[in-house]
Amino acid sequence: MKFSTLTRHMREGFKSIWRNGWMSFASITSIFISLLILGVFILLAFNMNAVAAQIESQVQIRVYLETDASDEVIADVQRKIGNIEQVSKLTYISKEEGLEILRERMGEENGNWLEGYDSENNPLPVTFTIDVFDPKQVKTVADQINTIAASYETSPISDVKYGQGTVETLFKITNAVRTAGYVIVAVLSITAILLISNTIRMTIVARQREIGIMKMVGATNAFIRWPFFIEGALIGVITSTVTTALVLFGYDRVIKAFQYDLSFMMFQLQPVKEVMPLTSLMMILLGSFIGIWGSVVSVRKYLKV
Amino acid sequence: MKELAVHCRIYIFELFTGCDNVIEMHDIWKTYADGTNALNGVSVKIDRNEFVYLVGPSGAGKSTFMKLIYREEVPTKGEIFVNGFNIGKLKQRKIPYVRRNIGVVFQDFRLLPKLTVYENVAFAMEAIEAPRKIIKKRTLDVLDLVGLKHKHKNYPSQLSGGEQQRVSIARAIVNNPAVIVADEPTGNLDPETSIEIMHLLEEINFRGTTIVMATHNKEIVNSMRKRVIAIEGGNIVRDVLRGEYGYEI
Repeated sequence: MKFSTLTRHMREGFKSIWRNGWMSFASITSIFISLLILGVFILLAFNMNAVAAQIESQVQIRVYLETDASDEVIADVQRKIGNIEQVSKLTYISKEEGLEILRERMGEENGNWLEGYDSENNPLPVTFTIDVFDPKQVKTVADQINTIAASYETSPISDVKYGQGTVETLFKITNAVRTAGYVIVAVLSITAILLISNTIRMTIVARQREIGIMKMVGATNAFIRWPFFIEGALIGVITSTVTTALVLFGYDRVIKAFQYDLSFMMFQLQPVKEVMPLTSLMMILLGSFIGIWGSVVSVRKYLKV
Repeated sequence: MKELAVHCRIYIFELFTGCDNVIEMHDIWKTYADGTNALNGVSVKIDRNEFVYLVGPSGAGKSTFMKLIYREEVPTKGEIFVNGFNIGKLKQRKIPYVRRNIGVVFQDFRLLPKLTVYENVAFAMEAIEAPRKIIKKRTLDVLDLVGLKHKHKNYPSQLSGGEQQRVSIARAIVNNPAVIVADEPTGNLDPETSIEIMHLLEEINFRGTTIVMATHNKEIVNSMRKRVIAIEGGNIVRDVLRGEYGYEI
């Protein structure tokens, strides 16, 4: 293609956005609205995912040892548990530390219940808290720990707790939330594409005459298609950029207004910096793709004689 | 390069066939999808630089005849050569290049309402990717030829019917086609304006362009005395040089 032809296509692409004022307005509006809704849902999905991950990461395994277990046995158990592949962190909590933690938890007022207990007559067992790499693996790891316990003549472990039952439900909920997020984003993307391709098709029908005359004077199909392509791309890129900026700006405002209210509910909104790259990438790519694809597909339809 | 290629083909065609025909139809049949037989074995030769009137009752096949020339339709059977190209067998992507050698003028002008007079004409040159400087000069020259240079910034809606038809003629000739196909170009115009348009077409023909014009206008055909081809029921029933309209209206 000649350079002068390319500049001509650019010029025509720009011009026709103005010339077809109402049609362009319709395309821009439908891309804008679709992306706006989509953007809001992407941000929601981000936050739901973050909350789910946050809750999941709090899942730990607690191993309570028998109070009469000897130090050698405890060290042996600790080594064996530490050798399990999935274990990312193993914290040893001695009887004294356990008492200390218990005191803190019960607070000033109830603290007197524990008065009189010291290192001599500490009723608490040694405990391990265990973090695992994948929170979903807690049950497997807990089973492995039980197997270790069973390998001793008298089990040195009195209990292995990871919130049996509760954890399974929690994972079900977080999984459902994630899936719902993906599904909603996918459905909205498809709706956006359909909506916009329909608008662009209307634009093309309105310009069938123009295309017919272009063919009559001997314009090649590529020549006819280019300005439409550029027009679609321009509408897509500009609209999606503006929409993304608006959505992120609005999100920033929401964070500033509600972060204190929400933090009481153990719930923290993802900061704008965190969500910006992926959100803008998704929205701008989708918007541009919709604009280009919509115009290319609809023009191709009317180029066939 | 493409221009050169086209000229070479025409030259080779003339060299081998030893003729100077712009349009050649050999036993052309055309049946539409709905079963209408539009043309039943039409054969005709039209020389370079001829001016041909196509006459006949409505539905006789005139429009089909013209559509075949500018490759809007393809024949069901038979061969048709335009400017050396066997256009019935043309590949889809080559059609645009053949159309550049054919200017088409319609009864309803078919101008783009949102473009100015200048843009409507320049558009045809842009479509064949002519250089910008040449586009500007040539477009203004052609508008001068049709007598509308002073209105090149106007929009079609601001022009009279005759003026709009002049713009569409300007668009048809701007790329220097070998043939102009005009389907009732005076059909929407009053007699006086029609005569002006005919003088313009005559002038264009005089400068070396073949013109094929379908018309129902008896006065024009009888006063200009050119070759007249009459089509009835899909057949050529009369083909006379310096002929007359031959039908009562």
